[in-house]
Amino acid sequence: MNHEPVLPAFADTGSSFVDLLRRVAPDALPPTVMGQSSQAFEITHGTTVVAIRCEGGVVMAGDRRATAGYTIANRRIEKVFAADELSGVAIAGAAGPAVEMVRLFQVQLQHYEKVEGEQLSLEGKANQLAQMVRANLPAAMQGFVVVPLFAGYDNRRRHGRVFSFDAAGGKYEEADYQANGSGGVHARNWIKASWREGLSPDDAIELAIRALFAAADEDVATGGPDLVRGIYPNVAVIDADGFRPLSDSDVAARAQDLLGGPARGGNETQGPQSQEREG
Amino acid sequence: MSQPFYVSPEQVMKDRADYARKGIARGRSLVALECADGVLLLAENPSRTLFKISELYDRIAFAGVGKYNEFQSLKIGGVRLADLKGYQYSREDVTANGIANAYAQTLGQVFTHEMKPYEVEILVAQVGSEPDEPNELFRILYDGTVIDESGFTVLGGQAETIIEVLKQAYEPGLDLGAATRLGARVLGEGQQTAPPADQLEVGLLDRNRTGRTFRRIKGDELDALLAG
Repeated sequence: MNHEPVLPAFADTGSSFVDLLRRVAPDALPPTVMGQSSQAFEITHGTTVVAIRCEGGVVMAGDRRATAGYTIANRRIEKVFAADELSGVAIAGAAGPAVEMVRLFQVQLQHYEKVEGEQLSLEGKANQLAQMVRANLPAAMQGFVVVPLFAGYDNRRRHGRVFSFDAAGGKYEEADYQANGSGGVHARNWIKASWREGLSPDDAIELAIRALFAAADEDVATGGPDLVRGIYPNVAVIDADGFRPLSDSDVAARAQDLLGGPARGGNETQGPQSQEREG
Repeated sequence: MSQPFYVSPEQVMKDRADYARKGIARGRSLVALECADGVLLLAENPSRTLFKISELYDRIAFAGVGKYNEFQSLKIGGVRLADLKGYQYSREDVTANGIANAYAQTLGQVFTHEMKPYEVEILVAQVGSEPDEPNELFRILYDGTVIDESGFTVLGGQAETIIEVLKQAYEPGLDLGAATRLGARVLGEGQQTAPPADQLEVGLLDRNRTGRTFRRIKGDELDALLAG
């Protein structure tokens, strides 16, 4: 007679949901080896995401475009997610594995909290995510790179913190801000020019939206503001009150205020208008 | 080879049940009340860290009385089951009914097959997600018996005395403050006084929340609710 307990209560997996999955449902874990070649098909990529430390917390934002080669795979994909109440994760890299990683990460943090009765420290959460990125390394070697940004409010140190990762699972704490994805370098330069200590959350939101516009201006794989369809970046603020995504209408209003300002970046007309030529 | 003494199955089950019941009756009681704001759970608990009331899932809470290590391992089992199911299917597919059935199976098996039965009585509560969707309260006994309750339920210790009081005093749709005061008062039944606020563990499945609805009520908020 089979006396297997109905509850998975006695599996020796501690407070880790990933270990539990590996024990009772290994097929549900993301695969780490994907087969021989990634060259035969186009991988869907998510593109520019930013995290900016500000007074009392941190602001995260991401554009909405997913691409597969030269094709736009999705115009409204979300790249900024709440990891738990006090932290968020923004994804860049192969969209499928990245979204799967976020989902697993969310359950992992919540599972720990429910089993242990208290939350992981922010550093502990970042280390958990680093392990997941590292577990993805074999897939990364085949083109399915996932490099998330992780940011949150550290309620022991009482300020916002930003972490970035490399494809091998290396975790790096950023002092003030970071941007990832194919448009990341443009966004980062834009932020670098304006970032200062004590930036207010509203100013950080504005800076994040401007940086994403700048990145979209230079990088084909980053989606800019889409006035026709009403598509604007995802933006979230994380502070002592928790992770709060901005509503679409809020971001739209802020974005429209910025259009036409310096974020336009020039270069859109025929040059100086002063010399009128006769036709 | 010597023949063991014959003991009738009835006697074996009765002995086990008596053993479990005695263990449970030694502990203090726990009360669950449906109120306007959701499902309120109250327990007398001098510890600030060893909880009797916990979150299982978005709309589901767990409460246990009896032997701490036993209901704690049941709680962890419930969290595992809920998180696995929610991850493999969808968050809305995790229900109190499913978890209560798994608990019933596990407790039933332990009761009949293990050296000693669990000395616990547990509760799985779920708050409705729509305004007119009812809450669910499943009380599960040491032998796997499941009882589907509505309105209020009491576990452990002085349960029978408290139920008699609640039958008179409870009414549906109490606000949070009234429900908290009623719960705290009935926990004092059979004792000299109601337990003071710092001996109370209070959890609420909050109907007004989305996502994770469970929250602990403590400190100033609890004092204010108890003061009315």
